[in-house]
Amino acid sequence: MKRGNPLRQRLAALGLLGIPLLTYPLLSLPSGSWNGIPASFLYLFGVWTLLIVLAAGVAERRGK
Amino acid sequence: MLSAGFILLLSAAYLGLLFAVARFGDARADAGRSIITANVYALSLAVYCTSWTFFGSVGRATSGGLSFLTIYIGPTLMLLFVGVIIKMIRISKAQRITSIADFIASRYGKSQLLAGLVTVIAVIGVVPYIALQLKAVSASLEVLLDHSGASFMPPMFDSTFVIAALLAVFTILFGTRHLDATERHEGMVAAIAFESVVKLLAFLAVGLFVTYGMFGGFTELFQRAAAAPELARLLQLDSSRSGTWTALILLSGLAIIFLPRQFQIIVVENVDESHVRRAVWLFPLYLVLINIFVLPLALGGLLHFEGQSFNPDTFVLTLPLSRGAEALALLVFIGGLSAATGMVIVETIALSTMVCNDLVMPWLLRLRRFGVSERRDLSGILLGIRRAAIVLILLLGYIYFRAAGEAYALVGIGLISFAAVAQFAPAMFGGMYWKQGTRAGAVAGLLGGFAVWLYTLLLPSFARSGWIDPGFVEQGLWGIGALKAQALFGLSGLDEISHSLWWSLFANIGLYVLVSLNSRPDALEAAQAERFVDIYRHGEQGSDARLWRGTASVDELVSLLERFLGPLRARQQLAAFAAAHGATDWKALPADAEFVRFAEAQLSGAIGSASARVMVASVAREESLGLDEVLDILDEATQVRAYSRELEIKSRELEAATADLRAANERLRELDRMKDDFISTVTHELRTPLTSIRAFSEMLHEDPELDLADRTRFLGIIVNEAERLTRLINQILDMAKLESGRAEWTAADVDLGEVAREAMASLGQLFRDKGVALESEIPEYGPVVLADRDRMTQVMINLLSNAVKFVPGATGRVKVRVTADARQVRVEVEDNGPGLSAEESLVIFEKFRQGGNAMTDKPQGTGLGLPISRQIVEYFGGNLWVESRPGAGAKFIFTVPLPAPEK
Repeated sequence: MKRGNPLRQRLAALGLLGIPLLTYPLLSLPSGSWNGIPASFLYLFGVWTLLIVLAAGVAERRGK
Repeated sequence: MLSAGFILLLSAAYLGLLFAVARFGDARADAGRSIITANVYALSLAVYCTSWTFFGSVGRATSGGLSFLTIYIGPTLMLLFVGVIIKMIRISKAQRITSIADFIASRYGKSQLLAGLVTVIAVIGVVPYIALQLKAVSASLEVLLDHSGASFMPPMFDSTFVIAALLAVFTILFGTRHLDATERHEGMVAAIAFESVVKLLAFLAVGLFVTYGMFGGFTELFQRAAAAPELARLLQLDSSRSGTWTALILLSGLAIIFLPRQFQIIVVENVDESHVRRAVWLFPLYLVLINIFVLPLALGGLLHFEGQSFNPDTFVLTLPLSRGAEALALLVFIGGLSAATGMVIVETIALSTMVCNDLVMPWLLRLRRFGVSERRDLSGILLGIRRAAIVLILLLGYIYFRAAGEAYALVGIGLISFAAVAQFAPAMFGGMYWKQGTRAGAVAGLLGGFAVWLYTLLLPSFARSGWIDPGFVEQGLWGIGALKAQALFGLSGLDEISHSLWWSLFANIGLYVLVSLNSRPDALEAAQAERFVDIYRHGEQGSDARLWRGTASVDELVSLLERFLGPLRARQQLAAFAAAHGATDWKALPADAEFVRFAEAQLSGAIGSASARVMVASVAREESLGLDEVLDILDEATQVRAYSRELEIKSRELEAATADLRAANERLRELDRMKDDFISTVTHELRTPLTSIRAFSEMLHEDPELDLADRTRFLGIIVNEAERLTRLINQILDMAKLESGRAEWTAADVDLGEVAREAMASLGQLFRDKGVALESEIPEYGPVVLADRDRMTQVMINLLSNAVKFVPGATGRVKVRVTADARQVRVEVEDNGPGLSAEESLVIFEKFRQGGNAMTDKPQGTGLGLPISRQIVEYFGGNLWVESRPGAGAKFIFTVPLPAPEK
């Protein structure tokens, strides 16, 4: 196994990005509501889904 | 409609279906066509979502709002650090690890003590979690039966006990078909993936039903909730609980890899490392889907049952039932049953392996009856122990449920288990990334962390159930305020889970690091540390075999294998090993270090690394290697690798040098060929005038009668040819001098305008003879360059004589122009001759290339003038080239740079 596997590094970078985005204090930013749906609900699910989409893009980009 | 019998039948049918899936998976695996794909692997990870998720998340959302999401965000983030997981898988495959206890024990020198300790922590920590599954199933059953008004069974017959018994039977069928625990349970994994899909569909169905069937969608639900003051609180994130939020993310992130069942599925059951790549995103996506409707369901339940008594943990059932959707409620019940079954099966299989290998085996092997001297086949007993362990664990879960079940909501129990397995984190991470971590450190850390967990989390939960006196929670142990179980040393303001997590991890990490730094590992520990931390460098075997030295006998090792694996399986493995080593019969194999290592690995798969080591040591007389010796061997291995890397670099350098040499050789040959060409061309060129001179001389010699006019004409030709010959030889010599760099150059200030004028004057007669007009455009003084005056004149004359040669008589015109800009002088000689094609414009500067058609025209020059001129101009830093089109005349241009202005 090569050192510095780019796939692992990219995914780990996503993880490091996700930690501050999904914890306080950033989590206290969304307030109010959008179309009747609370902003915090949208923010949490939005960021979470975005992380997963990005991870899928990174993980599936190159074939085996 | 929902009679007890029907529900029972349906449940049995569903479990039967799961079993069929598992059998199918096993059959395919036996046939060598595994159905475990990346997607199945990713879905099987969803065994993480137990009935706690299925029922408990909604309950938690009714009190804590969105904070239930932390339990699913943590795993999402943890999985992104895919390097950690791959490393765990790689190590486990290389070391034939069967459980998390085995992993930790193996890392710290195959310690039976550590294996037992981890097993005890895991069992104590996870039993409440199993109880929770039983509770969830029994509660959901109760709701269904309540609704239909039927009683399930006579009151003395406890439905939960029946469920536990069913699950035990089921788990035994699933999990103990094979003895070798490293052999994967592919059927079980397939069944888990299947049940994961079922529970997701069931949950989505009820979510859609409540959100869109009972209410008008997300927006309406949220707006109605926002209107009610006590519900509006649930919609907002409470930043005063930010500490809890972070703690829960950490906790669940650790749980996703350290819960025994997760370790089993992610690491032990992994078929192919590349499957992890799919799981990294597919499993989190599953988590998102199963969580989208949790908050709407919680709000829907609170709104719908406002003012009535209700249990929020069963909203997913009571909401559809309140609308008479019994079929949906049944589906939800099956989903919940599915979630509980999956968890219980995998968890008890993982725990039973640990209990059997790491608690019972060491004790059993010490008993004389089963001891080393006996030769009985133990493989049947091993299976029996595992089955008994499964029953025992479920029984423990049932007892816990009976005793404490009502005291806690579902979520509380689950988090207690999470906090228990989080204690494995320091020893695991330290073991994988820190060679210095020692067994003493790991034991101290685990004991410390476990003790704090016990005191701050488990015992208080017992106290709440009324089993023990709650004094130590309320007043502190022995009345000491600083020892209050849930405000240790005055740390208050946290919820009990984060409070326990911070203190236990503090004690755990602190002790692990401190004791590790102050203890010295023994030889085996150091070797294992090396293998674990540097797994990528050590690969499969490497230096392993050399770390064992001693004497053993094949017979004894083989009988050991037969005792624990069963004769049939032992012989299969031996045959495979022999085949891999090129031997036809395993009896002929030497009892060398490699064979001992093979035997130990096989035993590890069956009874765990710690017990395997003890057993092998009992029949093989091992010379103990000192710590220093082990480190030397490992060092040596590292050095050998370094040398081989150096060699590789050297050989690459050699290859490069060889390539250079080959290229140089190629160039030399080319030069050699060019020299040969040159010589043959030169001889040819010299022969032409000589032939002509000789022919005319012979005519003069043989015919004295020749008249005077002819004689004069012939002599003129001879003189001309002789001159041409002389010129040719001079030029060849000149060329040779220039090319070899032996030409003598003088450099002085040269007025190029003057040079041009002089050259024109000296050739003036030639132009007039042919009737060619010679024009010029030359500044009166300058420009002055640093060059060799004679050589410059030579270039000028060459260009002018070429021009006069090629222009037609009478109408010919040649024009000389000298200009200068800031950097260089430009001299042009333009004629209106036949011109040159693009190709000719290039080749004309090659040696012995003549202008005009070489086949028909008489050669008009030597073919060396232009190459010489170009060499001269380039020597002074300039360029010589031609711009021309056929029929439009030619313009020869050369430039010479002006000397840099003095500063």
